[in-house]
Amino acid sequence: MKYDILIAGVGGQGVVLASRILALAAMKAGLHVSTAETIGMSQREGSVSSHIRIGNEVSGSLIPVGQADLLLGFEPAETVRNLLFLRKSGKVLVNTHAVPPASKPPGSPDYDPAALLSFLNAHCPGILCFDFTELAEEAGTYRAANVAMLGAAAGTGVLPFSEETLQAVLDAEIPEKYRAVNRAAFEIAMKQISGIS
Amino acid sequence: MTDKKLLMGNEAIALGAIEAGVQVVTGYPGTPSTEALETIIRYADRCGIYTEWSSNEKVALETAVGAAYSGAKAFVTMKQVGLNVASDPLMSLSYIGIKGALVLLVADDPGPHSSQTEQDTRAFGHFANIPVLDPASPQEAYELTKLAFELSHEFEIPVILRTTTRVSHSCGDVEVAAAEPAPVEASCEGFVRDRRWTIFPRLTAERHPWLERVQVQLSERFSGLSCNSVSGSGKIGIIASGVSALYANEAFRGFEGLFTIFRVGTVYPFPEKAALTFLKGIDSLIVVEELDPYLEEQVLQLLGKAHLPVDVYGKKNGFFPVSGEYNVDIVIDGINKVLAGLGGALRLSHASPAVSREKLPPLPIRAPTLCAGCMHRTVFYAFKQAAKQLKKDFQADTIFSGDIGCYTLGNAYPLNMVDTCLCMGAGVSIAGGLFRTNPEAKHVAFIGDSTFFHSGIPALINAVYNGADITLAVLDNRTTAMTGHQPHPGIGITALGSVSKAIDIADIARSCGVGFVKAIDTDSLGSCLEAAKEAMKFEGPAVIVFKGKCVGITKSDKRYNIESEDCTGCGFCVKQLGCPALFLPAGEDKPFIQGSCSGCGLCAQICPSGAIRIRG
Repeated sequence: MKYDILIAGVGGQGVVLASRILALAAMKAGLHVSTAETIGMSQREGSVSSHIRIGNEVSGSLIPVGQADLLLGFEPAETVRNLLFLRKSGKVLVNTHAVPPASKPPGSPDYDPAALLSFLNAHCPGILCFDFTELAEEAGTYRAANVAMLGAAAGTGVLPFSEETLQAVLDAEIPEKYRAVNRAAFEIAMKQISGIS
Repeated sequence: MTDKKLLMGNEAIALGAIEAGVQVVTGYPGTPSTEALETIIRYADRCGIYTEWSSNEKVALETAVGAAYSGAKAFVTMKQVGLNVASDPLMSLSYIGIKGALVLLVADDPGPHSSQTEQDTRAFGHFANIPVLDPASPQEAYELTKLAFELSHEFEIPVILRTTTRVSHSCGDVEVAAAEPAPVEASCEGFVRDRRWTIFPRLTAERHPWLERVQVQLSERFSGLSCNSVSGSGKIGIIASGVSALYANEAFRGFEGLFTIFRVGTVYPFPEKAALTFLKGIDSLIVVEELDPYLEEQVLQLLGKAHLPVDVYGKKNGFFPVSGEYNVDIVIDGINKVLAGLGGALRLSHASPAVSREKLPPLPIRAPTLCAGCMHRTVFYAFKQAAKQLKKDFQADTIFSGDIGCYTLGNAYPLNMVDTCLCMGAGVSIAGGLFRTNPEAKHVAFIGDSTFFHSGIPALINAVYNGADITLAVLDNRTTAMTGHQPHPGIGITALGSVSKAIDIADIARSCGVGFVKAIDTDSLGSCLEAAKEAMKFEGPAVIVFKGKCVGITKSDKRYNIESEDCTGCGFCVKQLGCPALFLPAGEDKPFIQGSCSGCGLCAQICPSGAIRIRG
């Protein structure tokens, strides 16, 4: 068995935490796991991605091109930037809430989130687009958008472990102070997505 | 009782070191090595381990050497370029050897992701006669750390545990000996006087044959270790070390019968006997390794020595990339090139992506940037304005020398305030050199607080001693920010959290004989600009310590707002500062301030129409 997940986002969006929670859930389900994260200079407002490889084969932590079973895009442009990793008929979940780059260096193309979202819709059948930042904001804080996306992933039923396993890890990993709001974001997103997918 | 934990490679290394009985741990932060020492700090009290962030890697290694001379087990952590700083003591130490044990974690960074070089510590070990172990995964990193301590103790020689970013910063399920590490029980006998601890030409001459003998003994020992393993029975051989071995395994999955892979865990001294047995069973050899063609050279040498007719395919004959980070797809391409050369029909295949590369639309560049509210932006902007003024008044150009840290990002558009950057501490001395050759220009060097303590001080002394007319701007945000906010000698808190003497940077500058020393905070752009102008006009070395807070570790409730009715839409704030909190949506003419604002107020201070005001 193998299941590869790629999370794509921007420094500060909680990509590393989301990756850790998925990895712990996989372990809790008795699966082998290996992850690769972006740490260091790129975390300063740069593109950040995390590869999570779940399965029995011991592999390097980087997902090869065309092999990700699930792409969790925390932001439209970063989703497209990592699209090459998605396998044919792989699942895409994207947060439609765009994070614009801090500056536009000479020669950098304009950022048009709507155009990128329609590109994603045209090329990724079964894609789920949703403003998870807004959803998290409604649950209490926009910062829980990462956890909302995990809830959404659980809601699609594609993950190789149960929603209860994921929820248990979440409860154990998130400090008590932030637990209620994260749990709310997770549950609302899960319900929203299981309703439409 | 063993336990399974999700560990980052660096955490696994820390637990391996604790289990091996480490007593003294030193290091200097550097991506991707930092979390190893940080993890040991977490267990230091409970396990009775002395741990420190040292002022630089040379000091860290020498401190560990003192501990190991006394019979203790010592551990030093650094990134690959840190090894360059520590190389002076290390080169001599190989002749002297140690008692106890001494292991260095040196993290290489193929790519590079967060480094100035793509140097290969495997080759450094060869050059320095220091054994090098090269794990592929967090689990192997844990095990090889323990092996490194055993070997160091037994052979009385320092051992390098070399990782790469994808080992240090990978997480995986690691089987560890105990759920929580136990207190370290080892004791050390203390320093015993002996002439062996004092290096002299004669001692070096005596020890050199010993050192060469140890290399042979280690190579013999390594040939029998299970971390050097051969699997498969195909006639095409593959040799690989570190994470490249995992990429190779994945690349030929499904075609195992064709290949035999030799995974090398102890890369230096090269396990020749084990390699020879492997080489005798194959017709051709593919070398899969990131960075230097290190294994390739070892193998070519061995094949020549043994007169074996095996063709070698690697970097040297163009089958694999000579630089950059590898992955499964790159390895597949390399192996396919070899297969094509060998003439058969078989090719390994790539998975086909859902959307092909050609179809992907152009994407905005998202370069790393100084955080919203970072104090460095204020200082860079002040010097930019001061330099403009000087240009206008005196037609004098200003050259800005940068250094290593978050503030290297001052090079980014639109600030463009870093004209040179080389290595830790170099900005100060490079400014001195530029002054000799461009005396008509002004020379400003930027250095961070931690970097100043690391290697800026000798350069400042040199500027005073030799009379270089430079301005040094110390960007003192009271932390080692880029690597995750470690304390340093200016903070007054040690790695273990105890209070120590906070060393004042302005005092150091004064005691070095600098004639103009000023310390100011960065809240007011106007004061920063005045100080910058004053320092640049001063004849002789001048130092300004700019004090501020790192927004990464301090929270501020202050927020600014752009009042729409007062904003003229000139875009000055956005174009001048490149602050990630300022955003001008496509197609609109007035920018707004996003939630990431941390209230530094720099934009409010430059807004020509006074439209940016504090919120609430």
